[in-house]
Amino acid sequence: MTEEESPQVEEATREPDDMEQQFPGVLTLDERKGYGGYLVPPDKLVEFATQLRDELGYDYLSSVTGVDYLPEEKMEVVYHAYRTQGGPAFVFKAQVPRGDPVVPSLVGVWLGADFQEREAWDLLGIRFTGHPNLRRILMWEGFEGHPLRKDWREAYYEEDAKPFENRFPEGGVYRIEDKISFGKNVKYPSEFSPEGWIPEGDEGLYAGVGQISTDGNGGTLKTDQLVVNLGPQHPSTHGVFRMVVTLDGETVIDLQPVMGYLHRNHEQIGERNTYIMNMPYTDRLDYISSMSNNFGYALTVEKLMGIKPPERTEYIRVIMAELTRIVNHLWSIGFLLNDLGAFQTPALYAINERELVLDVFEAVSGSRMMCNYFRFGGLARDLPPGTLQTIRELIFERLPRRIDELDLYLTDNEIVRARCIGVGVLPPEKAVAFSAAGPVLRASGVPYDVRRADPYGIYDRFDFEVAVRYGGDVYDRYLVRLQEIRESIRIVQQAVEDIPEGEIQTGKALYQVRVPAGEAYGRVENPKGELGFYVVSNGKPNPWRYHIRAPSFINLTALAEMCKGHKVADIVAILGSIDIILGEVDR
Amino acid sequence: MYGVGIVKGLGVTLKHFIATYVDDLRWLGHRYYNPEAFAVRQSPKARGIFTVQYPEEKLTLPEEFRYIPFLIYDELEDGTRQDRCVSCGICAKVCPPQCIWIVRLDDPETGRPIPDPADFFIDVDICMNCGLCSEYCPFEAIRMDHDYEISTYDRFAENIYDKEKLDRPASYYASIRPRNYAFDEATIVEKKAKKAASEAARKQRAAEKSQRTNE
Repeated sequence: MTEEESPQVEEATREPDDMEQQFPGVLTLDERKGYGGYLVPPDKLVEFATQLRDELGYDYLSSVTGVDYLPEEKMEVVYHAYRTQGGPAFVFKAQVPRGDPVVPSLVGVWLGADFQEREAWDLLGIRFTGHPNLRRILMWEGFEGHPLRKDWREAYYEEDAKPFENRFPEGGVYRIEDKISFGKNVKYPSEFSPEGWIPEGDEGLYAGVGQISTDGNGGTLKTDQLVVNLGPQHPSTHGVFRMVVTLDGETVIDLQPVMGYLHRNHEQIGERNTYIMNMPYTDRLDYISSMSNNFGYALTVEKLMGIKPPERTEYIRVIMAELTRIVNHLWSIGFLLNDLGAFQTPALYAINERELVLDVFEAVSGSRMMCNYFRFGGLARDLPPGTLQTIRELIFERLPRRIDELDLYLTDNEIVRARCIGVGVLPPEKAVAFSAAGPVLRASGVPYDVRRADPYGIYDRFDFEVAVRYGGDVYDRYLVRLQEIRESIRIVQQAVEDIPEGEIQTGKALYQVRVPAGEAYGRVENPKGELGFYVVSNGKPNPWRYHIRAPSFINLTALAEMCKGHKVADIVAILGSIDIILGEVDR
Repeated sequence: MYGVGIVKGLGVTLKHFIATYVDDLRWLGHRYYNPEAFAVRQSPKARGIFTVQYPEEKLTLPEEFRYIPFLIYDELEDGTRQDRCVSCGICAKVCPPQCIWIVRLDDPETGRPIPDPADFFIDVDICMNCGLCSEYCPFEAIRMDHDYEISTYDRFAENIYDKEKLDRPASYYASIRPRNYAFDEATIVEKKAKKAASEAARKQRAAEKSQRTNE
């Protein structure tokens, strides 16, 4: 930055910029230090968002989240919108008083706001007027309080921020449940008793499921509708996930996903942690692809700190992220076949190759799945000797052959084709509206890949194609994944050829990093889709806000749309093709 | 023609099925319980079934493998143990799930802290094996173990490790992580040299100063 530039920003009487001139009285630049984007008055939000989408082409709403600014007695809703043609974000915010936070809902503008607004209502208590179905989504109906608010305290609450006082220097070991018995610092609704609780809120859930009286078989036979719960304990749901399905015979009329069984308030844990402590926690979001999660978080905090990793680190990061994509897609393809009824054999052939990549992860990071390998401005350690050779063997010899074999094994299989083609179709305009990301979006014919649209790291140096298919069905999602494995192999091949020697850490590796006040939104193309981290720092050792835009959570918004009209067995295939990980959905 | 895809797929299955027998022939019946064959079976050159006959066979752990931290002590020539830990508390501060408790005592005479932990606890139920403690330890004192078979019958009595249970000799560390050990030893030597140099410089300065005042 030159010397003339910096004082201009500080000046109170500054000229309105282009956007402000275009929307006079609607947009004001967010002038807090370290912040960006524009403030929009809540009453003009819907009108502005519609204009933004229709006139300026910001058709993709990436993230909606709230921030509780307790000291200022304010709640803020932050929106990140993108163009699917590529380019930077347009960030806008609505501020409301903390006592009565009401913001108009943007579901009418971007359908993808649906689950995200429900999440903000659930965890922060921001009411979105006009939302068609504003119920809790991660917590249970009837839960008291909003757990991401700064004045909310959980069971076994110890302190507001780590490190906890009693660990050192006079640390006397004890289990927290011995000190505080359950219930002592927990708030229940007045008449709640854990034993006698009946989930009344679920009535609202079933009421929301479509009720259409039908006459099956062309009116000759009267049929009843049936509400079936698929899950939470069901092998097809890949974890604890429930789908309330209304059936007319075998045909799905309506579907409501119910989640939150694995909710652990990850974001609040993150706000209590110091910055470095969050790194191993991000492993546990999408536990199939922990390296990519690390990448996203490291990138975001580096953005806040204003540092860049050294060259060798950039290459290692790309290698690890792309190997993770291979691992994830192998897993996902294998288990899609499980969902189709081909039990275990295809899955195990895929997992066989995955294991070899996990061996590499283990040698590099010390753990097969919970890698915890990235650091701010660097990595935990350099590649151990011999690892690059193993990666070469895998990437030049074994994996390309095995992917071709998998292709031969599955792609032309008549049963796979019969079960997948034309099932769960998501048209491109719907995919964009629903904020679908990753293979789900690209299989619908939208060639949107963050690595290409808004390159991070050193992705702009590699030659690769963005895999895209146009059918939008389960089969095309499978083919996109297969193609992405091939492209990832290509990227790693280029990266291992070009990787330079050198340092892996910018500056000294510190256990307590200094993060200046401000906000940052970092996003990476995770195997599941666009993974975003929204981090707000107030200059203290712990982040003030730590939000995750979880791709598998947001991809589920489109699930009901995809399933309607199909048979029960197809739901399983469609869910498998979205490729969700409950650790990330529920957070 | 309908069914060709399925037949081709079955061909792949058949190939996988046969591969194990072919590999068996290659090792002349010594495919299992044979370290050499095992190493190949776990590498990218593997063919056929890759199952590990646990617990008779175990995966070879890479050096960086991390599981539950331990504390290192050096064995001095007279047989006493010298803890490397000086109870600076950085591991307790960086631990994400806060599973480390350190008790540091003050010297009753001088009132200054004793650079030796009075006790050291790790709750292994909480430990997430992230390895941050060993990464940021400035005294090469806490390192990650390779022993992953730690199941017990009573988690309440046995899963809080105290100092006695955490202590391991430096020779054990050298045996599981030779490369890291060599690196650490070099760092210690370097630190000692640096300390000695700064000590010498300080003495030199003091001597010069006293010389000047004498003049």
